[in-house]
Amino acid sequence: MTKHDGIGASSKRREDVRFLTGNGRYTDDINRPGQLYAVFVRSEVAHGRIVSLDTTEAAAAPGVAQVFTAKDFEGVGGVPCGWQITDKNGDPMKEPKHPILAEGKVRHVGDPIAVVVADTPEHAKDAAELVAVEIEDLPAVINMRDAISGGAAVHDEAPDNICYDWEFVAENKAAVDEAIRNAAHVTTLELVNNRLVANPMEPRCAIGEYDRSDDQHTLYTTSQNPHVIRLLMGAFVLGIPEHKLRVVAPDVGGGFGSKIYHYAEEAFVTFAAQKLNRPVKWTSSRSEAFVSDAQGRDHVTKIELALDADNNFTALRCTTLANMGAYLSTFAPCIPTWLHGTLLAGNYRTPLIFTNVKAVFTNTVPVDAYRGAGRPEATFQLERVIDKAARELGVSPVALRKQNFIGKDQFPYQTPVAVVYDTGDYHATMDKVVEMADLSGFETRKAEAAKRGKLRGLGFAHYIEACGIAPSSLVGALGARAGLYEAATVRVNPTGSVSVFTGSHSHGQGHETTFAQVVADMLGIPAEQIDIVHGDTNRVPFGMGTYGSRSIAVGGSAIYRSVEKIVAKAKKIAAHLLEASEADITFEDGQFKVAGTDKAKAFGEIALAAYVPHQYPIESVEPGLEETSFYDPKNFTYPSGGYACEVEVDPETGVVQVIAFHAADDFGNLVNPMIVEGQIHGGVAQGIGQAMLEHITFDENGQMQAGSFMDYAMPRASDLVMVNIDSSCNTPCTHNPLGVKGCGEAGAIGSPPAFVNAVIDALSPYKVEHIDMPLTPRAVWEAIHAARPAVAAE
Amino acid sequence: MYDFQYIRPASVADAVKALAEEDAQALSGGMTLLPTLKQRLGRPSALVDLTAIRDLVGISVSGDSVTIKGATTHAAVAASADVRRAIPALADLASHIGDPAVRNRGTIGGSVANDDPAACYPAAVLGLGATVVTNAREIAADDFFQGMFTTALEEGEIVTAVRFPIPQAANYQKFVQPASRFALTGVFAARFPGGARVAVTGASEGGVFRWAEAEAALSANWSPDAVAGLSIAADGMLGDIHGSPEYRAHLVGVMTKRAVAAA
Repeated sequence: MTKHDGIGASSKRREDVRFLTGNGRYTDDINRPGQLYAVFVRSEVAHGRIVSLDTTEAAAAPGVAQVFTAKDFEGVGGVPCGWQITDKNGDPMKEPKHPILAEGKVRHVGDPIAVVVADTPEHAKDAAELVAVEIEDLPAVINMRDAISGGAAVHDEAPDNICYDWEFVAENKAAVDEAIRNAAHVTTLELVNNRLVANPMEPRCAIGEYDRSDDQHTLYTTSQNPHVIRLLMGAFVLGIPEHKLRVVAPDVGGGFGSKIYHYAEEAFVTFAAQKLNRPVKWTSSRSEAFVSDAQGRDHVTKIELALDADNNFTALRCTTLANMGAYLSTFAPCIPTWLHGTLLAGNYRTPLIFTNVKAVFTNTVPVDAYRGAGRPEATFQLERVIDKAARELGVSPVALRKQNFIGKDQFPYQTPVAVVYDTGDYHATMDKVVEMADLSGFETRKAEAAKRGKLRGLGFAHYIEACGIAPSSLVGALGARAGLYEAATVRVNPTGSVSVFTGSHSHGQGHETTFAQVVADMLGIPAEQIDIVHGDTNRVPFGMGTYGSRSIAVGGSAIYRSVEKIVAKAKKIAAHLLEASEADITFEDGQFKVAGTDKAKAFGEIALAAYVPHQYPIESVEPGLEETSFYDPKNFTYPSGGYACEVEVDPETGVVQVIAFHAADDFGNLVNPMIVEGQIHGGVAQGIGQAMLEHITFDENGQMQAGSFMDYAMPRASDLVMVNIDSSCNTPCTHNPLGVKGCGEAGAIGSPPAFVNAVIDALSPYKVEHIDMPLTPRAVWEAIHAARPAVAAE
Repeated sequence: MYDFQYIRPASVADAVKALAEEDAQALSGGMTLLPTLKQRLGRPSALVDLTAIRDLVGISVSGDSVTIKGATTHAAVAASADVRRAIPALADLASHIGDPAVRNRGTIGGSVANDDPAACYPAAVLGLGATVVTNAREIAADDFFQGMFTTALEEGEIVTAVRFPIPQAANYQKFVQPASRFALTGVFAARFPGGARVAVTGASEGGVFRWAEAEAALSANWSPDAVAGLSIAADGMLGDIHGSPEYRAHLVGVMTKRAVAAA
């Protein structure tokens, strides 16, 4: 057994060798013979009617192969939506067409109008400037409240701009209203969950290729889920059967959700490659990414928490407007509903919960899942309103949380919002983070900071997450137009090495390392003998890809099941070779043994026998050693954790400095603790980015006000601290074979409320109740500035 | 980027000649110019790269002044022991412009000729009352900056050096714009025997400017307390998503106080 690279070992990431030496192979690194280059002509206005579109001059420009417009896509489907929400009246959501290229109207800045395909990127750009577009401006709706109260319609199909009006749990509505009316105390908070751009390091890229000899299409693309793209694009857009369409997602430089979706550019290059019979490549610039990648969050929420006289939570009511942007991105409708409403119980015993979500069309870039997707929005509002309630009631925010936590002896716990939590120990993670944050020493630190003119604050949050969204039967009932299992094939090669083909996709997560650890541990062979293959629909079984922190819980479980089948078959072969009964064969540390004897065969010997079946139980066992599993989980997994953030505010300038960040997470069993820590660091960085720096806003005309890194502030190392991480409070998941829960999004979910709670705590002398994210120096200073006269008057 | 001719002269005279061509433009680091060209927002016929001209690179200290030649990089100024000894505030300012890539490409001549309203160098040039030396003449800082992206330079005129008088004390306080790390508001305060100078960058619609009221107060009493009670009007200040005119006006006061305290 090779414990050093089995489950639980902090093995170094094997993929880093190629990434850090510049040998990664990203989509833009791929160049096909005879390749042409596509440049999109995009709308510069948020809403308008295309009066005329003349491509004559562009088409005649040097090097141009063809200029495409919507006319070329007549009879081609629009970009499909993968999730249907049924609204409170039982009607399906409004689902207006999302054309590949704008048909008659443009609906957001960046909406593609035409595409120039030429022999070089420069020729394509030159010709793109010659495309003559005349657009008659239409009134644009940017703000959601304006959109639903008489603003211009983004789509004729939704005159009130409402995609759906959703209630959950509808049967609880009256009881929640009643409980809030009769509560001893109600805390109300109105807040905004700010719109973000994912900004993965690698911008999107797509190459379409067509082989006339066998009518075979290939799409190379920056995707988190190549099979999903093959299904959506093949079946719903271009009408290409799966056996004629290969989708390859090679090394992908980060996704954070934004590379889940099927985008028009992918369909375009695939379509154009066949039309022109030459490969066609499109590479997004960073500026283009700002107006064409699906964005994240953008909720406007009112949350009300009712408490009884003993400070027990009695009811919660949440009213949210969720921005869809101008078109429905692939999974957009499910984010503010099933990934948000079902998490509103948090870690608490609140018996009655009701939420109303209106999804709103606006003349802005489409919005979809971004690291956490719905769950950060749920956690943020809950953890903020609880902190506010504690402040109003004059009790400790930690104590108020602990008083209302689900106890560790109450699992499995049925929440009032449909889901059943399997395990957790919220008191343990909260107590742990309180200890890590040295709460008892805080007053001393605060007094020391005050001497330097700084305001110190300490904020806590406790999150719940739901990962590995499943089972398929449930998500189907909730409106998903796909299953949510994962697939894996484990192929033992004749000389004992192993190739694992997974439907999960790694775009920074380190699957090649962790999945190999799982297999190494189970087979008792060194991880170096195991290769993890992903990202090519011609090589891996039909899989659903990577998002929602599902890879280890669902993809890892599929691998586990396949390895179990391998071991079961290998035992039959071993029994034959060892002339023993199958029931007497044990498998440990890579050795098949006859129990109670010293007779043994190594794993490699069995592998060879399976492929060279000379002495073989051929009557009952087929040759070969390769197994496939499709794992469909019984439930979500429910990671949770306590986070604490300590900050210092400079009251003169509004600058917030993060002093310390502590995370006590429960991810169940850990396969590679080092990689888990990396996920926490990255997640917390993104969460603090959202809470302190990042924001996409539009002016009244729908022009983006932070459309580049000159104005869109990404977190830098100097904005952050080394996160102090603890994993000692793990409670293994009860329903997957590895006992794992998933860790990819937790940091981004738990950190924004911890950070904001810390800043509000620091500002307590000014009685500031809330500041909407991001808490930029300007926003903090303005809150202080507004509060100062009132505080001074007291 | 549109095509252009790239010219790399070895002397100022050759550069001046090359710049006489229609739509030729000087390139001295290109930290603003190149991103602009990449976005196809400019179409020069030729870029005349000044950074290979030996006469335009170097730092010298003589008695009461520090002279930095036009194509000297920010990194060279930041690393110069001479500058650090004579005007530590200037070396410090240079060490916080952009990031290492910008500091190793960007030059002082490029920065002052571009006169970005949020650039750092104009605050030092104006705050120290420096002299901008060109191929044709010498221009006092007070006459050089004429509003955002506007200077006294004539078409084709090259900044060959900037000569800074050495102050008794000086400091630059930059409040960074969180995304770009340009100055949201930057204040350069300097004390000379004849009085104090205070120059503000990043804040005003008119580009870098001197804050006369603070200069008067500090000339009378060089201490943070002297400016603690002063405020500047928000009228004419820049407003954007990172800072309202009121916020910038407030920061001018805070940064001035801090600059004097740190000088």
